[in-house]
Formats: sequence, C-alpha cells, structure tokens
Amino acid sequence: MTEAGNKAQKELLVALAGNPNVGKSTVFNALTGGKQHTGNWPGKTVGSAYGRFRCGGREAMLVDLPGAYSLLAHSAEEEVARDFLCFGGADAAVVVCDATCLERNLNLVLQTLELKGRAVVLINLMDEAEKKGIRVDVPRLEKELGVPVVAARAREGKGLDECIQRLSALCEGQEEARPAQVFYGEKLEAAIERVRAALGETRAPARWAALRLLEGDEPLLDKLEAYEGRPLREELSSLLEKERAALPEEALRDGLVESIFARSEVICRRCVQGPAGPDERRLRIDRLLTGRFTGTLAMLLLLALVFYITISGANLPSALLSRGLFYLLSRVRALLVFLRLPEGLVSLIADGGLRVLFWVVSVMLPPMAIFFPLFTLLEDVGYLPRVAFNLDHAFQRCRACGKQCLTMLMGFGCNAAGVVGCRIIDSPRERLVAVLTNNFVPCNGRFPTLIAILSMFFVGAASGGAATALSALLLTGLILLGVFVTFAVTRLLSGTLLKGLPSSFALELPPFRRPQIGKVLLRSILDRTLFVLGRAAAVAAPAGLLIWLLANLHIGEMSLYAHLTGFLDPAARLFGMDGVILLAFALGFPANEIVVPLILMGYLSSGTLVEMGELAALKALLTAHGWTLSTALCTLLFSLFHWPCSTTLWSMYRETGSLKWTALGFALPTGVGLGLCFLVNLCLKPFGL
Amino acid sequence: MTRLDRLPVGGGGMVLGLGGNEGIRRRLLDLGLTRGAYLRCLFASPAGDPRAYLVRGAVVALRAADAAQVSLAEETETQTKRRGSGK
Repeated sequence: MTEAGNKAQKELLVALAGNPNVGKSTVFNALTGGKQHTGNWPGKTVGSAYGRFRCGGREAMLVDLPGAYSLLAHSAEEEVARDFLCFGGADAAVVVCDATCLERNLNLVLQTLELKGRAVVLINLMDEAEKKGIRVDVPRLEKELGVPVVAARAREGKGLDECIQRLSALCEGQEEARPAQVFYGEKLEAAIERVRAALGETRAPARWAALRLLEGDEPLLDKLEAYEGRPLREELSSLLEKERAALPEEALRDGLVESIFARSEVICRRCVQGPAGPDERRLRIDRLLTGRFTGTLAMLLLLALVFYITISGANLPSALLSRGLFYLLSRVRALLVFLRLPEGLVSLIADGGLRVLFWVVSVMLPPMAIFFPLFTLLEDVGYLPRVAFNLDHAFQRCRACGKQCLTMLMGFGCNAAGVVGCRIIDSPRERLVAVLTNNFVPCNGRFPTLIAILSMFFVGAASGGAATALSALLLTGLILLGVFVTFAVTRLLSGTLLKGLPSSFALELPPFRRPQIGKVLLRSILDRTLFVLGRAAAVAAPAGLLIWLLANLHIGEMSLYAHLTGFLDPAARLFGMDGVILLAFALGFPANEIVVPLILMGYLSSGTLVEMGELAALKALLTAHGWTLSTALCTLLFSLFHWPCSTTLWSMYRETGSLKWTALGFALPTGVGLGLCFLVNLCLKPFGL
Repeated sequence: MTRLDRLPVGGGGMVLGLGGNEGIRRRLLDLGLTRGAYLRCLFASPAGDPRAYLVRGAVVALRAADAAQVSLAEETETQTKRRGSGK
C-alpha cells in the first residue's frame, strides 16, 4: 500500500480528543509549545486548532478536536471530531481523560478506540485525583484498554514526554495496540458481523461503520458513499432494514450507550479506588457561590470589583503611555519635516494615521491588560460556569440555552469572539439567538467611552477613590442594563422570528482549580490583549487616514467632514445627540475605541484627533458644544446599543452564512439604541436637562 | 419510584429509565445517565432550577424540565449516607 510506503517520510497526523474541562488545551499547548493555528477541517466549518511537535524522529501535526462527551454525532462538535478521526486521515489519536471522573471519561475513550485503535490514553489531573484520595492503577488500565495509558499532570508538563514516546512506538509499529471492544449483546453483535461483511472494505473501521449504519446514521452513509464511490445505499438498504426489524428496539437506542458505560464501570471497578464526587470543602464553596442570596450577591460584587480594579488601575498607565506616545509622535513629525516631506503628507501620516493609532493604543492597552487577565483568572478558577448556572433560569424563561450566558460573558472581552463562541450552543435556533444578541453587552473597546462619559457627567463632585468606586458602580449598572436588554430581546426573538422551546441543556461544573497566575497573565496578554489590540490598531491607522482626508478635503467653504455632520445633525437631534456624535459612531464602525476621540475632533475641527487630556477640560469642551445631561445619557446608551463593529458583523456573517440574519444583527441593537435615546430625549428635553 | 427533578437536595437514587424525546435522552445518556447509574442532587441555583447533580464522579447541572425525564429509584437516607462515607 502506498500509505505504508510513505510512512517513513510522511508527517504524522495525530488527533487530540477528550471531554470538555479535562485540560485538553493545556496538553495541546504543552505538546506543541503553544503555537496554535486555527483552521477549518473537512465536513464542518467549526475550526480546530492545530500545531506541530516532534514525535520520535518524525514531524507530527496535532489537531485539537472540539471537546465532546461522545462521538455519536449528536452535535456539530461531535460530528467534527468523528469525521476527522474517520475521514480526516488521522494516523493516531491521543485521548485526554480526567483522573477524577474516569468512569464518565472512559465512555469517550471506548468510542474513540472503536474508531481509531492506534491511540494513547492520557490520564490527566493525576495530582487532583491524588489529593482527593483517588488511586488509578495505570498498568491495569492499560491491560483493560489494550492501548498505552500514561499518567500525566499536564499543567506541570509531567507525563507528556512519555506520551510522545508511546505514541511514536505505536506509530512506528514497535508497540501494538489491541484496543478493547465493547460487547453489545449477542443479537446485535451477530447483526454487526453480517452488515460488516456486506459493507466490505471502507475507509472507516468496518465494525464501527456497520454499527452506525444499523443505528440508522444516514449522513454517515452519504459520506461513505462519497468517499468509496460505491452505491452503498442501494447495496445495503434492504439488509439494514431487515436487521433493524429483527433487533429489539432497546438494543439500538439506549442499549448502545448502556453497553459502553457498563464496560466503563467494570474497568473502573478494577482500576480505580477512592471516593467519587466532590469533597465537602468544594461543596461548601459551591453552595455559597450559587446560594439564593449569596450567589447573586457574589456575582454583582465580583463584577463591580473587576471594573473597579480595571478603572483605578488603568488611569495612571494610560496617562503615562499617552504622554510617551505623543512625545514619540512629535519626534516622528520632526523627523518627517526634517526629511523635507511635503506638509500635507507629514500631516496625513503624523496627524492622520499615527495619532489615531497612538490614541487607540494608549486608551485601550491599559484597561485591556488589566481586564483580560482578571477575566481569564475567573475563567481559570472555574467561576464562569457557576455564573452560567446562576443565570440559567433567566435564560430558560427567555426560552434560550444556558450556555448563551457563557457567550455573553465572552462578549465582554470582544463581541466578535462572543459571536464565534456561540458554536458551543447545539441547537441552531438557540445559537442564532445568541449570535444576534451578543452585541448587547459592551465589549472592551466600548468600556473606555462608557467610563469617560460616566466620569465626566455622572460622578460629579466625588473625587479619588470614591469617584472610581462610583464609576465602577455606574458601569456595573450599565452592564446590568445590557444584560437585561439581552434577556428582553432573547425572549422577543424566541417568541417571534425564532420561535421555539428551550432545548435540553447540561452544563458541567468543573472543580475549582488553583489558577496559574503567571500563565494566566502570559496567556491573556499574548492571546487576547495583543490580539484585540492588533486588530484595533490595524483598523485605527487607516481610519485615521480617512478621517484626516474627510476633514481636510473641502467642498466649497466647508470640509467634507462638516458637510457630513451638518447632514446628520437634524436626525441626530431627534435622538438626543448631534451630527458630530452620530458621525463619530458611523466612522467608528471599524473599531468602537475611536468614537470619543472622533467626537472631540469634530468639535475642535482641528482636522486631527486630540489628546484626551484632563477630563474636566474635556467636559468644558463638550458643554460648550451644547452637551447636556440628556446628551451624555443618550451617547452612553447609544454606545451600549448600536450596530456591531465591522469585525463582529463579519463574524456574524461567517457564523450564520446569511445576509438576512447579519442585517438583523445590525438592526436589532441599532433599533434598541435609537428607541431608548428617543425616549430619554423626549422625557428629559422638557426639563432642559 | 420518583423523578430526578423531585429528588430533595442531598438525596440520591438509581436511574430506572429515561423518557422524553431523542435529543434529551441522548444527551443524558452521553453524560452517563444510563439505567443503573447512581445520582445525587448536590445543590440548586438561586432560582431553584437548574440544579447540580453528581453523575459518575462529575458535577452536572440539569434543568428541571430535563431532569423530569429521568425516573429514579430513590435511596433511603441511610443508604445515601453509607454510600457517601464509603470512601
């Protein structure tokens, strides 16, 4: 066979599988050195990460499959995982397990072994298991499963070398796998044999394929037909029908999973000793964090605390960064002048592109560098699933999935990330609801705008720590408003356009884990902060150029910019804003961060963005241009509820594949924002506020 | 015989069977709620629904609507205690 001939040269393709929350990504990062790329794999557009590592003497590619409880393909993730193992050409698999709940994990292991016998089982979290008094007899487990089993503590990098060694031995044929087989009962086993004989040689393992076909897996039959190029449906349909009719109904429904779990139970009884389930200490913390009063209180306090730390911590570095970068800007400008570039070009580069870029960096970097690590810390400890648990009832009443809460939380970091994160929701209806409502919580790019306006117009006379605390409190209130509107719109969609009842929902509450603070910092700053900042910077510089051009190109007496604001002004007044503000939001489409500097630029009509400087001076400037309490409130509300940024909108289009839904994703928050602003303006105007 | 959603917090039982549509059943099965599996209700969310259950060593939150599909043979308190202390 050609496959065997190529073996020596060919790069190994290894699939990494595992239940959610077993430390799979830790294993992935440890094996590949954290160099992960995202790409799409055959079958579905759910992205899997892949990275390279050395396996023995060969290059190997590790593909991180989506976390799944089973390979029976009930959800998109499971189908991706299954198709990759089956048709993706994987040479071998590594299945990561949680040593503290092996019985449940073995379900996936046994299913994976049916599909890919050449596998290494990595028992992760051995330290946690030991602490709980759970002992895993690894040699015995290896005997029971018939494939290499390696004990590991991936967070400390323990056990990974051995995993690679065994994997290499397996792939080079020095070690042989005799994967355990689940016994499905005599009648079904006989039927499997007959279908297997009729099916003949296929790309998928014959026994496994036969069982799936008996089960009535139509999509698999289509895929097999496509890959084999044989009319399998025609050949097999009468046999399958006959076999299915002869089998007791139970055997093919719950019976399959029952057989697999029965086997898992037996294996665990022989190989695992110790208590099952959480200890008292964890239960006490859980009851506190999810208690009727304490749970809600803890949630609000943590939210406010995160904002307080972010706001108070970001002020000083923001000011320093801004001073440093604008000094740099003046030097760059001097250099350009020294190089005798034409004045217009100097202004375009320095006052247009660079100034906006530096603005965005100095305003965004400090709060992000504080907010993201804090958020990742909560994630790492395992608090976020508890939030989803606490809020699920509300989502249920809105007829949505409880996991929408998790995607909403992701939205605080970045709405585009939140939209992509909606893939964790299985039901297409609920996924669409989550995608469409993600923009109702403010992303990190909108926080600076919210904080600036809040501090200027609503914190008032308070100063120092009290002012920061008040800002944090008001911001928390705004966030709660965003969450409330998320619920309202979710309910509205579920009752109208996306009618339906909530589907079943199961959320695992993993044990609390001591966060690895160093790694959290590194990961959140590298992966999230710099990623988001890079993207913002990439749009900020060109946006700066565009704004400069608008402000410096004249038609008649006025600049293009003035024409535009004049045109928008009457409409904007209806919603309590003015043309300058509305145009700033429109021009901020590529990145929300630049909205406030755009507003200031409009008022100063200096043709370039201005420095943020002292808040008091800014407030004076704004009030001089007619800002009232109602203007500030409307701008706040519109910042919270308006069209998604270009990246988020693009992600919406990618995820839904439909222009219609993307348009709705644009229209919904915009409509809500305009409606609220209209009402606020209507109510406050008569009082001259 | 009782249902999982009617189990008191702290109570336990053995799965007798699953009802409901194919989607719910499969999801519950994949989590290990097969016949004969032992379950315990650990704690409830602020609204009382969903609740967290111990399923094959893992803590899993289920909504009442889904838990109602699981019929259960309830264990007596002493049985649950013995199981809990049988470390």
